[in-house]
This record gives sequence, structure tokens and C-alpha cells, in this order.
Amino acid sequence: MFETLDQIFILLKQGVLGLLPQGIRPLASCLLTVSAVFSVFGLLFAVTTLVERKALGRIQNRLGPNRVGPFGLLQPVADGIKMLTKENIVPRAADRLVHFLAPVVLIVPVALAFSVLPYGRNMVPVELDAGLLFFFAVGASTELAVFMAGWSSRNKYALLGAMRGIAQMISYEIPLVLSTLAVVMVAGTLSLPQIVSAQGGYLFGWIPQWHVLTPWGLAGFVLFLIAATAESNRAPFDLPEAESELVAGYFTEYSGFKFALFFLGEYWGLFAVSGLAVTFFLGGWHAPLPMLQWVPSWLWFFGKLLFLLSLFIWVRGTVPRLRTDQLMNYAWKFLLPLTLVNLVAAAAWHYSRSWDFPAALLWRWLACAAIIAIPYVLLGAALGGGRQKTQRIYRYAD
Amino acid sequence: MIPLHYYLVFSALLFTVGLVGALTRRNAILVLIGIELMLNAANLNFIAFWRYGPNPEALTGVMFVIFSIAIAAAEAAVGLALIIASYRHYKTVNVDKIDRLNG
Amino acid sequence: MELVFVIIAALTLVSAIAAMSLRNLVHCALWLVLALGGLACLYIQLSAEFVGFAQILVYIGAVAILIVFAILLTRGAGVGDKSPTVSGSWITSVCVGLLVLGSLVFSIVHSSAITRPLPQSPDLTVKKIGDALMTRYVLPLEVIALLLTAALIGAVIIAMRDEESK
Repeated sequence: MFETLDQIFILLKQGVLGLLPQGIRPLASCLLTVSAVFSVFGLLFAVTTLVERKALGRIQNRLGPNRVGPFGLLQPVADGIKMLTKENIVPRAADRLVHFLAPVVLIVPVALAFSVLPYGRNMVPVELDAGLLFFFAVGASTELAVFMAGWSSRNKYALLGAMRGIAQMISYEIPLVLSTLAVVMVAGTLSLPQIVSAQGGYLFGWIPQWHVLTPWGLAGFVLFLIAATAESNRAPFDLPEAESELVAGYFTEYSGFKFALFFLGEYWGLFAVSGLAVTFFLGGWHAPLPMLQWVPSWLWFFGKLLFLLSLFIWVRGTVPRLRTDQLMNYAWKFLLPLTLVNLVAAAAWHYSRSWDFPAALLWRWLACAAIIAIPYVLLGAALGGGRQKTQRIYRYAD
Repeated sequence: MIPLHYYLVFSALLFTVGLVGALTRRNAILVLIGIELMLNAANLNFIAFWRYGPNPEALTGVMFVIFSIAIAAAEAAVGLALIIASYRHYKTVNVDKIDRLNG
Repeated sequence: MELVFVIIAALTLVSAIAAMSLRNLVHCALWLVLALGGLACLYIQLSAEFVGFAQILVYIGAVAILIVFAILLTRGAGVGDKSPTVSGSWITSVCVGLLVLGSLVFSIVHSSAITRPLPQSPDLTVKKIGDALMTRYVLPLEVIALLLTAALIGAVIIAMRDEESK
């Protein structure tokens, strides 16, 4: 019975396809998958905007939106109606075609990125041999939309925000790709469903073999999350779109539905990289304990995804914003060398997997953790040196 | 299946567009765009011959194109750095105006 | 299948012509992006999916953005620029181009390669590319690593603002 629940979407789709004539089955299959993915992630977008505002409010010692509906639950509906009915203003000097196409160029690659993530057992929309390369290729295409938005508005603030945004996204793309490269090296494949299957077994009967539980996997996970935060222009890396600095950065001149599309594209980008982090480091759709395997695999995937989203929201409410030069220094001088060290640690782990003297696992863990921790401490001391730490004084509102 | 000469004629057309553009336009950046189009046309030729050739298992065409893409990226980076440096000196990117040998 | 090829090829050719002939430089760069994307689709149609995705990642994700940054940094996107876009000797260039096109098409049409039967599509996996890169093509791989490092350092040094000549 639990296997049926696990595969329920596959069985539903096969049932619907069985009712249709043979000729249109491929097209109908595509349409069913696409509509399922879009409806799930559209709903997740609406829920995330509300949860983020309430959670940020609570972190900042205030309530979030609570007027529309019970506990503010209908706030996304109100936001949607507002975005759709606002006047669509295009500046007179703006380049109309490029201005119109920029949100489209943002949304289409991000929606394509959803097609290679494995959402559950046998539940990948498109199974590609080079799935990870496809994901990063479409991720790189979203930077062009940022430039198009900033340049076509003919607004100095927008252009400045766009250039900062592109520089930031390019700089953080390298730690993003390199931190996943360690997983690719150990798993031996670029195909996302196979990387999930490589994290399948249970050690000693109860410890899952997720990559995050290895030293290089843990470091890679942290590096990946930091780079993903910067790629999605989220705090503390949200200088290109910070309200107090650049009005709204590269989408200053956008209003109404196009602004909603930019907002949607940004959140969908966040969902896509969170999905990739779940696939690479958190074991994909596998259950953490063998006794919990009766829970459907897609529930595990989305549970882990929601956990990562709450991590992102928590970091947004907690950490102050970084300046552009601090951001670039951080990417090039700190994260990039650490990802290379992580690669060396992953290679050491992979080559020592044939050790079988007692407590070999513990010694391997300690050795690889030392390979990562010693350069981390030395690099941190070298880069952050010379600044005195002052005493922090906390004042609370009463 | 699409015949081989479709791809070859298309890549010849693309090469010619890149060539005429690189020879005709005055802006240095557009000359670079023409060069990129020519490189891409040659890459398409390599992949078409790899696919329809006698020994696709040797992966020669694919390897050549992978290295060609990497080299083209490096060349574009250095070329654009040169254009930016010469813009700072001559205050123009018009290739017809950069015609004095001594500064 | 042929219809798909004809549509993608026509789109790519039109984008390439637009990339080379428009006045506004940023529009040229955007049409170039479309041309490179069309080429990536053609690579995927030729069963070389790895090369297609690598083309999108490297060319559209990096080279096109470099070109756009260079256009912005050299004030090439000024509106109202009334100077002629083509150099005076464009007739010679067009003649040279037509000559090149003629000789290429002549050699294609009269070659023996196009009369052979077409083989089945090869099975190209990433594992095969990785194996080839590490066994038969390991020397070009190392050389290209050196080349990319040299290009990186060279580009940074060339484009750096030197303080002494101010």
C-alpha cells in the first residue's frame, strides 16, 4: 500500500494517458508533467512569500501580515490581485522590446531547471545523462535577464544595480559549481537520479549514507548554500536589489505583472538551487532512517526542501548585508580556495574507502576533516587579520 | 535523418556572415562578434562530420569542439581586455581611427 | 525532423545577420545570444548533448556577458550615434565573402562525403567523454589548463588600470 502511495503520481499519469488515443500520448505526457511541476512550485511560491514575511516579522520582534484572512493566510491572494491590477508603466526612453523580454528570459531558464530534479522514486521529468551540466547552463542564462532589465530601463540606478548583480552572480557561480564537483567526483556521474541512488544504503543498519554526513560533503553543503544565497541575490548578498541603496536595483522601472514575474523568477531560482542541494547533499528522496521508509519519497524531498527554505529565511532575518567589495573578496579569496581544498578532501575520502582496519571510518573522517579545517583556519586568519573585535552591546526593545 | 550537406551548407553560410561582418563593421567589438560566429560555424562542421563520419566511437569531433569552445572563451576574454585597454588610450573603439603606430 | 532543422537554422542565420548589421551594439549582442542558442539546439539534434549544454554554459553564460560588459565599459551603447556603421570598403568585403561562400558550397556539393549512407546515431555518454579526456586527450587537457590560466592572468593585467601613466 505504501508503494502505491509512493508512486501515486506516476500511476495517476499512466492512468490518464491510458484513456487517451495513442497519437497524442507523448504530448499529453509532457503537458501533464509540466502542469504538475508548475502548479506545485507556484503554490510553493505563494506559501513561501507569506511564511517569509511572517517569519521575518517574528525575528524582528513584530507580527507579520495578519489582516487578510485568518492569521494572514490569504495574503498571497491579495498580493497577486495587487500585482495583476497595477498599471504597467514603461518609461518613455526605455527600449520597449528588451524591457518586455527581460522577465521572460528570467523565467524560462529557471522553469527549465526544474525539469532535471528528481522529486521522488522514478519521478524525474526529464532524465538526462548530463543533467547537472544542463542545470548550470540554464542557471548561467538567467544572468542575461538581469542585464537586459537593468540596461533597457535607461536608468542609472538600474544599470548600476544590474552591473553589480551580474558581477556578483558570475563570481559566486564558480564556488557553486566547484562545490558540486566533489560530489560528482565521488559519485562518478553527472546524472541527478544516479547521484541520488548513490546515497541509498544505510551504514550499520541505521546511519544514512548521505553526502552531508561526510566531512567533504558537510563543507561542500555549507559552501553550496552560501554560493546559492549569493546566486539568488538574497540577504546577506542582496546589494543589487537593496531598497535602502539602489531604490530597487535592476528592476526599478518595472511595475505590475512584470515585477511579479521577476519576484517569481527569483524565488523559483531559490527553489531550484535548494532542490539541487537536497539532491546532492541531503540524499534526495531517501528517508533518514530505514524504519521511516514507508513515508512516500516525494514527501521526503519536499520536506527537506522546506527545511532548506526555512534556513534561507532565517539567515535573511539574522545577518546584515555585505558591501560589494566585501562580497567579491569573499567569493574569490575565501570560497574559491576552500572549494578546491574540499575537492582534495573528497579525493582522499574516495581513495581511502578500501581501508578496513577497526574504526577506519572514524580515522577517515578525522583525516578528511583535518584536510578541510586546517586551511580554513589559516585562510580565515590570513584574510581577516588586523581587525580588533569590539565588545558587543545589546539593547532590547521593551 | 537530415543529410550531411544541409549542415555543411548552413555552416558555410554562417561562416560567411561572420566573415563579412568582421571585415565590414568599424566597431572593434563587432569584429570580435564576427570572429566568434566564424568559430561557431567551424564547430558545427566538426560535430556534423563526427556524427555522420566513419568512426564516431573515437570521439574526435566532440573533443575538438570542447577544446575549441574553451579556446574561444579564452580568446574572447583577452580580446575584450585589449579593446578596453585601447579604448582607455585612444578614447575610441573605431578600428579605422586607430591607425597611428606611435601612441 | 527536417522541419525542425530548417526552423532552427533559419532562426540562427537571421540572428547572425542581425548580430552583424544592427546599429545598436547591445541589440547586436542579444541577437548573438540567440544565434549561439540556436547552434546549441543544432548540437543537441546531432546527438552531441554534452557539447550543446557546454556551449550554452560557456558561450551564453560567459562570452556573451563579457561582450556586454565590454560594450558598457566602452560607451558603445550611446544612442543617437550618427556615424556610418560600415567602413568605406564594404563592397570588397562582400565580394570576398561571396567568393568564400561560393568555393565552400562548390566543394561541398562536389564532394564524395555527401553521397555515402548515413550511419545510426552514436551513443555518447558523459562517461565516454571523461574516459577519452583522461586517456587519449590528457595532454591537450593539461595544455588547455595552462592556456586558460595564462589567458586569465593576461586579461587581468591588460585591462588593469595602470596608475603610473596617469
